[in-house]
Amino acid sequence: MFGYYVELALRSLRRSRALTALMVLAVALGIGASMTTLTVLHVLSGDPLPGRSGSVFMPRLDPRDLDGYDASAALPTQVTWADGMNLLRAGRAHRQALMVGGATAVQSDDASLDPFFVPARFTTADFFPMFGVPFRYGNAWSNGDDEGRARVAVISDALNDRLFHGGDSVGRTLHIDGVDLRIVGVLAPWRVVPHFYDLSTGDYATTEQVYVPLRTARDLRLKRNGGVECWGSGSADEDGMETASCVWLQFWVQLDDAGAVAAYRTFLDGYVHEQVARGRFLRPARSELPDVMQYLDERRVVPGDVRLQVWLALGFFVVCLVNTVGLMLAKFMRRAGEVGVRRAMGASRRSIFLQLLTEAVAIGVAGGVGGLLVALAGLALVRQQPSAAAHLAHLDATMLATTFAVSIAATALAGVVPAWRACRIPPALQLKSQ
Amino acid sequence: MLKMTHLAKVYRTEVVETYALRDFNIDVKEGEFVAVTGPSGSGKTTFLTIAGLLETFTGGQYHLDGVEVSQLDDNARSRIRNEKIGFIFQAFNLIPDLNVFDNVEVPLRYRGMKAAERKQRIMDALERVGLASRAKHYPAELSGGQQQRVAIARALAGSPRLLLADEPTGNLDTQMARGVMELLEEIHREGATIVMVTHDPELAARAQRNVHVIDGQVVDLAEEPRFHAHAHVAHS
Repeated sequence: MFGYYVELALRSLRRSRALTALMVLAVALGIGASMTTLTVLHVLSGDPLPGRSGSVFMPRLDPRDLDGYDASAALPTQVTWADGMNLLRAGRAHRQALMVGGATAVQSDDASLDPFFVPARFTTADFFPMFGVPFRYGNAWSNGDDEGRARVAVISDALNDRLFHGGDSVGRTLHIDGVDLRIVGVLAPWRVVPHFYDLSTGDYATTEQVYVPLRTARDLRLKRNGGVECWGSGSADEDGMETASCVWLQFWVQLDDAGAVAAYRTFLDGYVHEQVARGRFLRPARSELPDVMQYLDERRVVPGDVRLQVWLALGFFVVCLVNTVGLMLAKFMRRAGEVGVRRAMGASRRSIFLQLLTEAVAIGVAGGVGGLLVALAGLALVRQQPSAAAHLAHLDATMLATTFAVSIAATALAGVVPAWRACRIPPALQLKSQ
Repeated sequence: MLKMTHLAKVYRTEVVETYALRDFNIDVKEGEFVAVTGPSGSGKTTFLTIAGLLETFTGGQYHLDGVEVSQLDDNARSRIRNEKIGFIFQAFNLIPDLNVFDNVEVPLRYRGMKAAERKQRIMDALERVGLASRAKHYPAELSGGQQQRVAIARALAGSPRLLLADEPTGNLDTQMARGVMELLEEIHREGATIVMVTHDPELAARAQRNVHVIDGQVVDLAEEPRFHAHAHVAHS
């Protein structure tokens, strides 16, 4: 029977083209506006490490002095060199990485190519396996390379294209800031959104193009980039950063199960108490261990106006749907005579209900296609905005499927009342009044 | 085939109860051609819609083909309508957006019949009413008589055992009415049970027997205007 219902639905929609167009337009505009704003929200608030974010944590502690102490204030999101190294050497997590952002000037062997600046990341080796960074050629450097301050680097796919035309550049030399590093790995295209592991360089900062072992970068005095918070006599003097009273490094750990998380919390708590007991930490002992999504929620990475726009668009969609309900009701009730005839010929109320609901779903499918076009146009407009995250606004497969699912579900829901009303029409009354 | 005993149909509002049918008794045997006559508002059409399971009744009993129908749910009533009853209406009641073929197909669709069998039945029914060549025409392209023939083909396509006709010639001129009536008589001769509501005495006279309805009750014409508590059937 479903085929018959579809046939009748299409015939009915063709019959009243203007009304159909009006309903499809209402659904398309509502869906389009909603999907545009939802896509922006989805992109901005998505999980940067799908499948991994629940096992990647940021240990947080408070090494600051008592000046301006507020027990309810959030803990720093960065660590000092001393704490970072202590936690790294303790090795209590499955994986751990200490890092900081940077900016390096790249010189090419190709004389026709002028030197250019690219964002860099100075990190320890676990950064790559912990965040699931994909490699096109070669591998990450080893922990031994970290300790040995090896002159090695990993470069991005984009930089490899620019310098080596996309070829396998492993073993070749990268010239940055006047020093030579041996390339050990080339990444496959990789982007994390938001740039969770270092929000100080921008919530939606682009992914780095050069990766250098942290100690190597510090030895070579490669240019550091990112937020620094100092207290007491601390200052952001590059030569004294390793001993300064400043937090400037990001530290992340990978903990694979609840037992590992609990053990690490105990360890972190113990570490903080020990530092307090030694007089290094002046504030009351306090530590936190949020995972990636908890951290992003706390930092309210998604701009507030994006959420407001989503609510406004959903409100608009509801208004469109209410109008569609009214139009459908008028359309279905106008066919009371046909309903009466079909009932007389043996159609049950259920058959009539399903026939009309199929018509509503057909409007939903057409509205979904229209909504998709409106959303694509809306997202193209969003990408023209000057915001740092605007260029990320693209419809992915999930949102594409969501567009159709929402459109069909919403119009089916909108069709329930009109279809129910129409299938309850007393057939005898209609047949007598014909 | 169709037996109603002490049947009542009451329309209730907050302030008044109106009896459309009261103590209504009728027994139509298999293969009979019965004309139901009576003045306007006497309850003829209400009787027909209840007989066709398009309306429920308030009291009494109704057996259709041996089945007491008062307790049946909507699905069961719809199935009986589809398989056992064919309707012919005064206003034809064809669906204007469907062509002749698709109109005749409507009851067969709800029977879940295969396409090939549906097509065969539709063409057989249209051949029978002499409109096979008009299968692709729309109702608006046909005369009143032709539209009623399509409605009869629609009623016949499902091979129902009972045909219910409500003033089938009411909207037709004399010549067209005669043609439709001859068709009904032919269908009856082939074994169908027909109950026809009409206020045309000439048409009623062509049925096997007449049942007269006044004020929602079956009355004996010979004893009118005195009404009987139990209905009598007047034989023509």
